[in-house]
Amino acid sequence: MARYGLRTLAVVYLLFLLVLPVILIIWRTFAGGLAPFAEALTSPSALHAFQVTVVVAGWAVVANTVFGIGVSLLLTRHSFPGKRLLNAFIDLPMAVSPVVVGLALILVYGRFAPVGGLLESWGFQVIFSTPGMVIATVFVSMPLVVRALVPVLEELGDEQEQAAHTLGASRLQSFLRITLPGIRWALGYGVVLCLARSLGEYGAVAVVSGRLVDQTQTLTLFVEERFQNFDQPAAFAAATALALVAVLTLLLTKLLRPKD
Amino acid sequence: MTTDTARRPLSPPRTPGGEGRPRPRFSTGTATGLGVAVLYLSLIVLIPLAVVVWRSLDQGPGFFWRAVTTPDAWAALTLTVVASAIVALINLVMGTIIAWVLVRDRFPGKAVVDTIIDLPFALPTIVAGLVLLALYGPESPLGVNLAYTRAGVVLALLFVTLPFVIRTVQPVLLELDADVEQAAASLGASPFQIFRRIILPNLVPAMLSGTALAFTRAIAEFGSTVLISGNLPFKTQVAAVNLFSQIESDNTTGAAAISTVLLAVALAALLLLDLLQRWGNRRG
Amino acid sequence: MAIEVRDVTKSFGTTPVLRDVSVDVESGSLTALLGPSGGGKSTLLRVIAGLERPDIGTVHISGVDATRLSPQRRDVGFVFQHYAAFKHLTVFRNVAFGLEIRKRPKDEIRERVMELLELVHLEKLADRYPSQLSGGQRQRMALARALAVEPKVLLLDEPFGALDAQVRKELRTWLRRLHDEVHVTTVFVTHDQEEAIEVADTIVVLADGEVKQVGSPAEVYDHPVDPFVMRFLGPVTEIGGDLVRPHDIEISASPLDGGTPATIARVVRLGFEVRVEVEVDGQDGREAWVQVTRELADRLGLAPGDTVTLRPTPGARRLALSAV
Repeated sequence: MARYGLRTLAVVYLLFLLVLPVILIIWRTFAGGLAPFAEALTSPSALHAFQVTVVVAGWAVVANTVFGIGVSLLLTRHSFPGKRLLNAFIDLPMAVSPVVVGLALILVYGRFAPVGGLLESWGFQVIFSTPGMVIATVFVSMPLVVRALVPVLEELGDEQEQAAHTLGASRLQSFLRITLPGIRWALGYGVVLCLARSLGEYGAVAVVSGRLVDQTQTLTLFVEERFQNFDQPAAFAAATALALVAVLTLLLTKLLRPKD
Repeated sequence: MTTDTARRPLSPPRTPGGEGRPRPRFSTGTATGLGVAVLYLSLIVLIPLAVVVWRSLDQGPGFFWRAVTTPDAWAALTLTVVASAIVALINLVMGTIIAWVLVRDRFPGKAVVDTIIDLPFALPTIVAGLVLLALYGPESPLGVNLAYTRAGVVLALLFVTLPFVIRTVQPVLLELDADVEQAAASLGASPFQIFRRIILPNLVPAMLSGTALAFTRAIAEFGSTVLISGNLPFKTQVAAVNLFSQIESDNTTGAAAISTVLLAVALAALLLLDLLQRWGNRRG
Repeated sequence: MAIEVRDVTKSFGTTPVLRDVSVDVESGSLTALLGPSGGGKSTLLRVIAGLERPDIGTVHISGVDATRLSPQRRDVGFVFQHYAAFKHLTVFRNVAFGLEIRKRPKDEIRERVMELLELVHLEKLADRYPSQLSGGQRQRMALARALAVEPKVLLLDEPFGALDAQVRKELRTWLRRLHDEVHVTTVFVTHDQEEAIEVADTIVVLADGEVKQVGSPAEVYDHPVDPFVMRFLGPVTEIGGDLVRPHDIEISASPLDGGTPATIARVVRLGFEVRVEVEVDGQDGREAWVQVTRELADRLGLAPGDTVTLRPTPGARRLALSAV
């Protein structure tokens, strides 16, 4: 009896907290068929927001992938003083509120901040512009690739790399031919997580972008702005599109997740 | 780079228990990589956060205190802490139950349930808020309108923190030895006694870790609460939203002060988490 | 000399692993580094390969100072205890790896790899992945991979350590024969004295990070320099304050000149060999044992309780225990 009780409790909780809300919004979006959905998503503002999102998330994923591979190699294949500290700092972004991230970046890279002012005088605008949004997105998604790679690199060990060295491979050759193929699934997993987080970032980007419609508006900002302006169909359509991306991400990570 | 003792030709052979320290493999490559990583981390994360803390304190502790205790900021901070605590507690109970059901129960569709647990991690927070508003807003098909209420805030926080306790408890539960429970049963323990005396003590570190993670996340949450809370100062405005409006109105010093409080609470929770994990490891 | 190791000292943190080790390995020889685990033999092998750097000392390979060379420039073949198979590459690509790095023409690679796979009897498994091979097959693949680049020296770290007893024995004989065919200078690490004696032509005994003795299998077995080496290389027993091999003891029912009287405690028949356990007078109850043939035991009618006399055979190596 207890078993059925617990099962029912768990399923009902998930149903009302998670499943029904998501299904409801998808249902409402498609209630009028595909045409209104397509129309709402192909408006110039929506297309522009989509484009901004792809650019920002793309750069953030590239930066965090390169950084993620480098740092995980440092953490697993090298020893140096302060390793534990570096390890702890990598996780720091997870604990910081996205709005705090935005404020922090404005205080350093804003027009009236020393660094931001200097960059601005060289004609390089960070805040209220793409670079700032990329940095904000990099900040919030920083740990994901590292955390996906470190356990796999540890598990893999360095014997295969040593074997490659004794066979004449340089560091780069052994990385490209031995290490990279060994971590490719984990890397895919980390990159997908990082991409999903980047596409969906709202708070930090809301602060540093200035929320300029048709300029620095990403899809998540588009959802909020349309909803506040009582354009529910557009808000629901974009939200549904993002939700579908999330579901796709979920399935991909399920596929790529290292089996234990 | 100079710690490479291989380059010291006359270093005497060290004896166990001597004063010698471990010889790190600290090559030029390591140094370069470390330098680049630390620079990247500093430019994006460390320096900006340090500036926030510095900015909140550079006009003296009195100013910091006044900025944090303005009526609207204080109300937002207390609401955030109280709501996060409630959310953490609900997660502690519900997360453990769901993890239990996912590991020990068997029913059709369990794999699907297990997969969708991670949806809140994948779903953009603004979408999460919108989705909840669709079911629990003014146009609720259930007739439940939580928009612009504190209950709505709690609901949004419950949504985004759902996976933490489940995903920390699940692996521990999976690794629990069935032998131990059978041994307890053979010694005459009832199912409840087995849970209370054998299973629960093993789960407690993971349950508390997950709860601490959920609490940290709830404290910091912004996106999901924006739409459903309606941003009403003194009523439904959480700290991150209050912070956002202070930034919008260019009150950066006040914003920095609230940010510092949020950072401090998050760090305290993470420190606690680290202690919990060590405690768990020692027992495991 | 193919390898000259001079005065090498190496510590991990505060733990010294090699202390002032010097070893010469002759060209074309098959040398065993033998010793108990933790004795430093694997570290010495890794120092030769360049996978570890000595704190002090030098390594010459074929007359060239290799102390500061990275492993990739040393021209050594290294076979790891757990094979270090490239899991994502087929057997063929594993063996071809070193040649591909050296950018040899495709045809040449193909020819050389197939030749090697035949040598190690894996030609039919060229397209398999390492996970589809048995332990012994993986080990042979690792060997072919190391040989493919025609190394100046071949280094094997506990090559048979992870295999079960039966496969181990087969591979031992096979390695010996392979070496006779290929003639590449080979050094292998083992903690199994039987393996070292059977396969190697030179044995270097390493313990506590020091070289204890170097010599042919017969030399180190028959003329160990100290009780440690004697114990490590084969069975020993104690009579009259001396350490002696139990098969180097004469046993007689009647008194012998210079013999030690003893009482038989047990007679254990192990097929052809019979193990006679005795209590030696004046040895404070420390038992000794003598290894005799079944034929001799039957002829003397040895039985528990009998009084006998024991004496080391004239050619026996004896080490006085009191001297240590």
